[in-house]
Amino acid sequence: MTTDLNSSPLSADQQARLAELLDGISEGQLYWLAGFLAGKCSGGTASSTAQTAVSASASTPSAPELTVLFGSQTGNAEELAQQLAARASDKGISAKLVDMAGYKPKQLKNEQYLAVLASTHGEGDPPDNALDLYEFLHGKKAPKLERLRYSVLSLGDSSYEHFCKTGQDFDRKLAALGATALAERVDCDVDYEDLAEGWINRVLETIANEAGASQPAAARSVTAELTPTSAFSRKNPYSAVILTNQLLSGRGSDKEVRHIELSLEDSGLVYKPGDAVGVYPENNPALVNELLNTLGFDGEQRVSADERDVPLREALAFYREITLLTPPLMKQWAELLNDDDLKALVADSTELRAWTEGRDLLDLIQARPIAWLTPQDLVNLLRKLPARLYSISSSQAAVEDEVHITVAAVRYSSYGRDREGVASAWLSDRMNEGDQVRVYIDPNKKFALPDDSKPVIMIGPGTGVAPFRAFLQEREEREAEGENWLFFGDRRFRSDFLYQSEWLKWRRDGLLTRLDVAFSRDQAEKRYVQHCLKENGSEVWAWLQRGASLYVCGDAEKMAPDVHQALLDIASEQGGLNPEQAEDYLRQLNRDKRYQRDVY
Amino acid sequence: MSGKLPEAEVIKRESNYLRGTILEGLADRTTGALPEDDTKLTKFHGSYQQDHREVRDERRRQKLEPLYQFMVRLRLPGGVLTTDQWLGLDKIADECADSTLRLTTRQTFQFHGVFKEQMQPFMQKIHALGLDSRGACGDVNRNVISNVNPHQSQLHGEIHELSLAISERLRWRSAAYAEIWLGEECVQKLGEEEEPFYGYKYLPRKFKIALAVPPENDCDVFANDIGLIAIVEDDQIRGFNVVVGGGMGLTYGDPATYPRLATMAGYVAKEQIVDACEAICAIQRDFGDRTNRAHARFKYTIDDYGMDWFQERFEEYQGHAFAKPRSFSLSHNGDRFGWVEGEDGNQHLTLLIPTGRVADTESGLLRTALRKIAEVHNGSFRITCNQNLVIANVLPEKRAAVDAIVEEYKLDAGTRSSPLRQNSMACVALPTCGLAMAEAERFLPEFVTRVERTMAEEGLEPDAINLRITGCPNGCARPYLGEIALTGKAPGKYNLYLGADFSGQRMNRLYRENIDTDTILDELRPLFRAYQQEREAQERFGDFLVRVGIVEQERTPAMLHQPLQ
Repeated sequence: MTTDLNSSPLSADQQARLAELLDGISEGQLYWLAGFLAGKCSGGTASSTAQTAVSASASTPSAPELTVLFGSQTGNAEELAQQLAARASDKGISAKLVDMAGYKPKQLKNEQYLAVLASTHGEGDPPDNALDLYEFLHGKKAPKLERLRYSVLSLGDSSYEHFCKTGQDFDRKLAALGATALAERVDCDVDYEDLAEGWINRVLETIANEAGASQPAAARSVTAELTPTSAFSRKNPYSAVILTNQLLSGRGSDKEVRHIELSLEDSGLVYKPGDAVGVYPENNPALVNELLNTLGFDGEQRVSADERDVPLREALAFYREITLLTPPLMKQWAELLNDDDLKALVADSTELRAWTEGRDLLDLIQARPIAWLTPQDLVNLLRKLPARLYSISSSQAAVEDEVHITVAAVRYSSYGRDREGVASAWLSDRMNEGDQVRVYIDPNKKFALPDDSKPVIMIGPGTGVAPFRAFLQEREEREAEGENWLFFGDRRFRSDFLYQSEWLKWRRDGLLTRLDVAFSRDQAEKRYVQHCLKENGSEVWAWLQRGASLYVCGDAEKMAPDVHQALLDIASEQGGLNPEQAEDYLRQLNRDKRYQRDVY
Repeated sequence: MSGKLPEAEVIKRESNYLRGTILEGLADRTTGALPEDDTKLTKFHGSYQQDHREVRDERRRQKLEPLYQFMVRLRLPGGVLTTDQWLGLDKIADECADSTLRLTTRQTFQFHGVFKEQMQPFMQKIHALGLDSRGACGDVNRNVISNVNPHQSQLHGEIHELSLAISERLRWRSAAYAEIWLGEECVQKLGEEEEPFYGYKYLPRKFKIALAVPPENDCDVFANDIGLIAIVEDDQIRGFNVVVGGGMGLTYGDPATYPRLATMAGYVAKEQIVDACEAICAIQRDFGDRTNRAHARFKYTIDDYGMDWFQERFEEYQGHAFAKPRSFSLSHNGDRFGWVEGEDGNQHLTLLIPTGRVADTESGLLRTALRKIAEVHNGSFRITCNQNLVIANVLPEKRAAVDAIVEEYKLDAGTRSSPLRQNSMACVALPTCGLAMAEAERFLPEFVTRVERTMAEEGLEPDAINLRITGCPNGCARPYLGEIALTGKAPGKYNLYLGADFSGQRMNRLYRENIDTDTILDELRPLFRAYQQEREAQERFGDFLVRVGIVEQERTPAMLHQPLQ
């Protein structure tokens, strides 16, 4: 690398040392350094955290005050909230960034401007850290908020029935309490960046215009980054080489779970235990072919997809979702087709869900063809192919420039056709060692290890065990003294015990204090992790009394509620709490970040 | 005695009479294995922890532990069981094991592929059949084997009674068995009283007893620590010639280890024979070498101290000396197949069970057929020391029904196979045995076929040659008594031994070392040619090799380690 430092303000000695540092530096390292220095310039220190309230210190008394509240499960809402808060100061707005979990609801009536960013999970559930505020607003103690000016950004996934429900609920409730919207609510799908960007601009413009505040409040334009940045991001994914693609499921398993190791060499990407990797998959080329054949389209025809001029086949393979029928798509389809039956179906969300379940675009095209549809129309109608998130199953402290994920192939049959999960089947069937996968790191601040001295109880059946491999790798490297207890479950002991030999080794070494397992198909009556938890109720309670943190990862629909109930039962039976107190106890654990869930 | 005790000796002594932490290990659902120390103790309980070796590497890559499973061997003195017990064991094979029954060279059953969580149910089920697995492995007296003798009902009854009595006398007693497997509460710890005979140290090594009824030597009586050769007068067993210090195993590359045929000690009257066995076993218990497990068998005690010393100890332990041995004659160590009628009029059918494996496979529904026989027949079964099976005491009126099943399932295929195949034997080896270095059971059928072809090419009529294959040098199929024997060295590679006799009274010697199948056949071909041209009437292959000087008459330990030059 050639460097011209002569014109710099550095001393000769500094120049020499910088030149030495830059000599032979990789592109990835350079990007990291750039991000790191930018963070330094902003006045932050390397250790400053994004949880810190970012307030414009030099704001004038007349500066409008904006509180940015986020309710986030995986960190996307938090990340956007940070952006909003940071950019507010450019506009002369005094912004305060607050996690909903740490927000005193009574403060609401004193707020001037409020921005709410909330994600939605499972069956329309608020994220864990939003629960208190959500219940307060929907309860009897909710105050009148006539003075308040607010706007809501909701994050969700349109393939779920209760798309963006939490954000919608916040919006509706704030309005009902008398608050007025300063910008219309925006509901973002999995490809949220552009919509979120627009919303942030509108919110800030409106506040700035209303307040007449135009001068920048302070020379503070960039938030201190929590972690050094990489050149690569969600919008600019890194092409990671697959180092290992190993089937974990043993003979006789009816599952197909893979351990995949990716190289992050020179990417500058960093992650922490608990974070996820976003993977941009490719749709099954056979399905793309069937679509093209059914529509009679030429796959080579050029179309425009997200400002790219690409052949239709490529657009369908890489850039558009073709395996899920989202409500917005169905609505547009019904309108385009002007079909009364379809319109009626779309109007009834229960019916619509029943119809779209197990069907994909090919089914829709076959059932309700639109004769005049052009290739470009099709591309415009479909949402972007979103990245699929996988909990990371490695610790960078142990594997350095690799990242490991644990992928269960999703396969099923419906309406007479075999179907598959886009990313899982792609990784299982068509991606081999040496191939490249486009990835980015999706941080998850809501699923992080406590202090090294604290005990942790990890509950991770199936692929839900992935982050706990990362936890133990991390704790092994750090020589953390805290005790570790893993609950694992799956179908069969002999074929489905993911990472068995690693857990057993860690137990022998003393790192894993306890290991308890439940295999549902190995005996007549089904046995799951929650049974295992309850059988060990007194010990679990004793660990909690010693300050243990609980982590739950995996299935949101059945496992997480069942485990939650088991924990409530333990609190009742072992702690003598009544049902309400038991709920409060878990709620408090959650607020104290001692009950964290990564469920999906 | 000096030096540090071997680990296995320490574990045994500190096991609290074979308890160890087996119960805790069985309760641990995170692994299919038991703690390593406990796997030494489960041997005494009749079971070896093994793993499916063919999926070992695959599972390592899958981050799964090896596919651990247990082999369980029963205690079945003399190899006799009822038809109800047969039906029960047949069912257990499906419920708890790999759906096969393996007949062994010590006249018992081995069950393979019993997973850890099935171990207690398995043991309870065999207990319900009146069977157990005590001492089927481990440093104690093993399953007592005896001649199956189908044609002499009276003698067989007596010899079987004696094998039961000896087995019972030398059975280990600790309540550990009932506590661990049968779910009985630990009532009280009796200390030394738990094992009045063995004490907390048990034996230095395994100990084997066999009973032969001349002229048959189907039990290879000289391959045992104690061999009892019945002396029959007026169709009554009067007593036994006792031979001591036999044993098969050796360790490759360690010339201090060697197989040894038992030495004649003398005659003991029938009434004193159980006491005599206990006395001899006690001598080994008290004098056997506990400092080196490769030197702990009784054969080394006998060689180290000498026969005179042994005779003195015996007199001291038993209260009187051996009498002079009586004359006897042994003619063969194989089985005779087909029907014979006993003196009481009952019928007995001896069936060849290829390599002792009772299974339903593509080549035949052997297990189904034997189940059907057990359903129609109300006599008994006898497992032979050559891994074959006697359908015993078939009432004359039931013979037709048994024959119909034999015909339907072609159970006499083995009986109609070549004499070479009829006299062949192999141990289990791969994929389950942890000691195996090469195939044995799965290799034997094709190897016999190739030997048959080579013999035919050299103009030899199908002839009975005693052929044995084991996957390692430890001797489960008594390889050193095979006229032709292979012991595994590496996948596809064997040591070739030649020159044993046909009656289990002369060992073979190492002929060629570490060679593949083609080379083995190349080595055998000229010997077959010479045998075809120069053999005397009725002369056996092993005897021929010795007579013409290809293999020496005498044996030294070195001959089992050094290939013939």
